[in-house]
Amino acid sequence: MISAMLAEAWGALIANRLRSALTMLGMIIGVAAVILMLAIGGGVQKQVADSIAGLGSNMLIVTAGSGRQGGFMGGAGTGATLRLDDADKIARLEHVVAVAPTANIPAQVVAGPANWATTVTGAPPAWFTVQDWRPADGRTFSDMEERAAARVALIGQTVADNLFGANDPMGQSVRIKGTSFTVIGIMSKRGQGFGGMDRDDLIVVPLTTALRQLQGNFFRRSIRSVSVAVDSAENLDSTEEAITQTLRRAHKLDRNAADDFSVTNLTAVTDTLSTTTAAISALLAAIGSISLVVGGIGIMNIMLVSVTERTREIGIRMAIGAPRSAIRLQFLLEALMLSLLGCSIGVGLGTLGATAASGAIGFDTSVTLFAVVVAFAVSASIGIFFGWYPATRAAKLSPIEALRS
Amino acid sequence: MSVPVLSLQNVIKDYASEAGTFRALHGVSMDVQRGELMSIMGPSGSGKSTLMNVIGCLDSASDGVYRFEGQDTATLGETALAKLRNKGIGFIFQQFNLLPRLTALGNVALPLVYAGFDRKARETRAQELLTSVGLGDKPRSRPSQLSGGQQQRVAVARALANDPDLLLADEPTGALDTKTGAEVLGLFKTLNRERGVTVVLVTHDPEVARATDRVVRIQDGLVFYDGPPTEDALYGHAPEGIA
Ligand SMILES: Nc1ncnc2c1ncn2[C@@H]1O[C@H](COP(=O)(O)OP(=O)(O)O)[C@@H](O)[C@H]1O
Ligand SMILES: [Mg+2]
Repeated sequence: MISAMLAEAWGALIANRLRSALTMLGMIIGVAAVILMLAIGGGVQKQVADSIAGLGSNMLIVTAGSGRQGGFMGGAGTGATLRLDDADKIARLEHVVAVAPTANIPAQVVAGPANWATTVTGAPPAWFTVQDWRPADGRTFSDMEERAAARVALIGQTVADNLFGANDPMGQSVRIKGTSFTVIGIMSKRGQGFGGMDRDDLIVVPLTTALRQLQGNFFRRSIRSVSVAVDSAENLDSTEEAITQTLRRAHKLDRNAADDFSVTNLTAVTDTLSTTTAAISALLAAIGSISLVVGGIGIMNIMLVSVTERTREIGIRMAIGAPRSAIRLQFLLEALMLSLLGCSIGVGLGTLGATAASGAIGFDTSVTLFAVVVAFAVSASIGIFFGWYPATRAAKLSPIEALRS
Repeated sequence: MSVPVLSLQNVIKDYASEAGTFRALHGVSMDVQRGELMSIMGPSGSGKSTLMNVIGCLDSASDGVYRFEGQDTATLGETALAKLRNKGIGFIFQQFNLLPRLTALGNVALPLVYAGFDRKARETRAQELLTSVGLGDKPRSRPSQLSGGQQQRVAVARALANDPDLLLADEPTGALDTKTGAEVLGLFKTLNRERGVTVVLVTHDPEVARATDRVVRIQDGLVFYDGPPTEDALYGHAPEGIA
């Protein structure tokens, strides 16, 4: 009996092709939206997780200047308040494994006829370890080169592409602010960071070289930030506190004065970002859910119309012996079929959309089996929920009233 | 005497409307025995369809008792009534009432769906029935592709699907021309004579009624003649003594 009724439900939907398609539209859009949003949400989360992994774990970043100085927003890293000996003091603290002070200097870089505006990072050899970032080609500079302020540089992929194109940059020289550097390595590709920032657009030179050759007098020996590797995650908070105390003392700040530096705990940033992406995903899912409910109401609406239009058919069926349960089942099956068909198409479109989105926004999106299963389960529930009332209305008709219509 | 197929005792039917209640049946009593072939006649609006609907369990009586094979139908629940309409009674309408979306075979098989037969059994039985009404070569035709006479034959085949004890036909030839009407009527006669199916049919046509064994005449919701198809009965002249 069920198979016969399924065939009939299908026949009824086919008989009203255009209307069935329009009715399904709500479900299609809702499901496609949910699938797409879950895929993008998942992709964003993965992207965030990867970015954070790329920053290294158990790390604190001390930045010059403070973001919150009364009404004056200088922005972190703008003041010349962090000095090289601050990094030495931090290095002597308990639980600190390594420190990598860096100076960031915006500069126009020239190689032969080509030139490119980028950021030069001055860093000690330990920076590569702290950042957990290795050259793809060539080598990093040594402690000796650092002490000797050697004019050597490692360049990021973006810089390599823009200055040298197809040529091999290894051993070539680049001029930064009038000083010539030899390229000794090319960093491996890192891709985009937060906010689409290109992390491959940089040049790394020894810190001493950067401070002596590239910074103006006023800023000499001042650094932008210190990356601090801590031995374990549990000690992050206490080390953060110790760094704050040490630097306040070193900078001779009053009790009431604000910090002239800031310490960022990347684990905390991770947590915030995870929470934010989870909230965004939830919001997207909520929008999708609303579309689904609207789709469900569309189904209910069309089923009510259908019951009214087919009152005579219902009467005929009852006259030849259809029990009320069979009439109800028939209309429920039609509603269910509409919602599940809409769901299938929605899953298809959502998957296509996710693939297209991957290409457009440049990171992986993935449609999970879980998302598909949930989409079908929800659609089935919606079909039954919103089909119930029209189906019950059909079943409640009296045979003779229905026949007379 | 065995239990009548149907027995009506003082059946009353009131229709409620905004204008008040309208009494369509004023107390109809009659018995129909197994194997009878009878016709119900009467002017338009006299209550023939109302009576047929009550007998077919499509509608219920407002008062009085209607027994089907000895069972008081007022005591039956929705499910039992549906089962009765499915298996006990076959109903044939003036307007055929086929489902336009289904093929001839599908229409005939529909009562078998509700009776719970599997697909194979349904198709075999429906094909047999179509053959028995002379449409064995048209199982895949839709109602719109069939003539009126052919559609009514499909409806007859459908009514017979579950071997009902009683065949009800409300003006079955009303929408057909004389020739096809006669053919459909011939079908009822054959079913009655050869298979012993009890047939109650409503007709305006004295020639149709003449072919039946018994005529019931109704006027204003009351039976005023019940007997053999005499000329007076067929042409609606009041017999001597009845005003
Ligand atoms: N659903 C209804 N509501 C109100 N009055 C009705 C309804 N159905 C039939 N009637 C009235 O009952 C009377 C008998 O109708 P019906 O049984 O259809 O007559 P017939 O079939 O003999 O032409 C008519 O006067 C008709 O107007
Ligand atoms: Mg009538």
